[in-house]
Amino acid sequence: MISYEDAVEIINRERGDAVCVTTMTQTKYWYAASEKPELDVGISNGMSKASSLGLGIAVGAPDRTVIILDGDGSLLMNLGSLVTVAGQRPQNLYHFVFDNGIYAVTGGQPLPNPEVDYPAMAMASGYAHAHTFSHAEELATELPEIMRKPGPALIHVSVVGEPASEGVDQTWESNARMGAQLRAMKKALG
Amino acid sequence: MITGILHPKNVVEQLVRQGVTHMITLPDSETRHMYDRLVAEPSIHVIPVSREGEAIPIAAGLWAAGQHPVISIQNAGLFESGDALRGLAIGIDLPLVMFVGYRGYTRHGDTPDSAARFLEPYLHLWGVDYYTVEGDDDLDRVPLAFERAEKSSQPVAVLIGTEYATEYAKE
Repeated sequence: MISYEDAVEIINRERGDAVCVTTMTQTKYWYAASEKPELDVGISNGMSKASSLGLGIAVGAPDRTVIILDGDGSLLMNLGSLVTVAGQRPQNLYHFVFDNGIYAVTGGQPLPNPEVDYPAMAMASGYAHAHTFSHAEELATELPEIMRKPGPALIHVSVVGEPASEGVDQTWESNARMGAQLRAMKKALG
Repeated sequence: MITGILHPKNVVEQLVRQGVTHMITLPDSETRHMYDRLVAEPSIHVIPVSREGEAIPIAAGLWAAGQHPVISIQNAGLFESGDALRGLAIGIDLPLVMFVGYRGYTRHGDTPDSAARFLEPYLHLWGVDYYTVEGDDDLDRVPLAFERAEKSSQPVAVLIGTEYATEYAKE
């Protein structure tokens, strides 16, 4: 198992000028690590749609690498997006799935089935390649080569769950953030 | 133009005129003939989705990448897309034109299909403006929908209240 902090730090090292779409627990770690907030968007208001939003950016900006930091529970709510992504064959899309087996933000309840083989699902859906990691050192060693290969790729990362003790704080500011981020990104990509 | 009939080629011409770059769609009975015309139009890239709820976030991503997408789904699919409509269209002030197949629509309003009966109240509830198109004569409402979406920075619906004519019946 890998900590969120380590996983995000390793991914950020390979980021370059990639756009990043993030959701759920990994978001706060990504914001702490990212040095390019104008290329980041966190799904703060629309659970499960990271893969779909990322696909739209990847198709619309084919010369820009797009990194998606999805969660296992989130992906399960939008599982058909694997097929939709694969159908578009976006070579610039790298879909990370942080797998903790739980709904962390609601306190740690188990997923309907915590033992899902996401890489196999991605390959069966038509992704170009898929990988799984449960040790930080292996992720750090292999990720550069994975991101040199054309996508769409799914990179499954087993992480240590961090069940939240309090609910998600939805504020006017957090709800307004996603639109502001997308407008900043539109400007940056323009 | 022929009154009372909606021809796919006329709708696609409107989309081209508006500079649409992408159509995200899950085909339905009302739009099935438009699909064939769309995939033949080189300036518009068609993105089929597995479930309607994907269409709005994909459109939001395309918009952020500087593209000009529209979506085309059935009214039943719009209901399925409720959370995406809330969070990723209305919630982010996304100027998006949504073509919505009006399954069950009848001009006199008496329909047993709840997908039709709930559609307009649903749009009113969410504060989404809409224009209804029943035939080629109504196509001047399409540019109005684009204008409304841009001016309001909000999603706007174009309700397709008829099945598109088949291409062989066009003239």
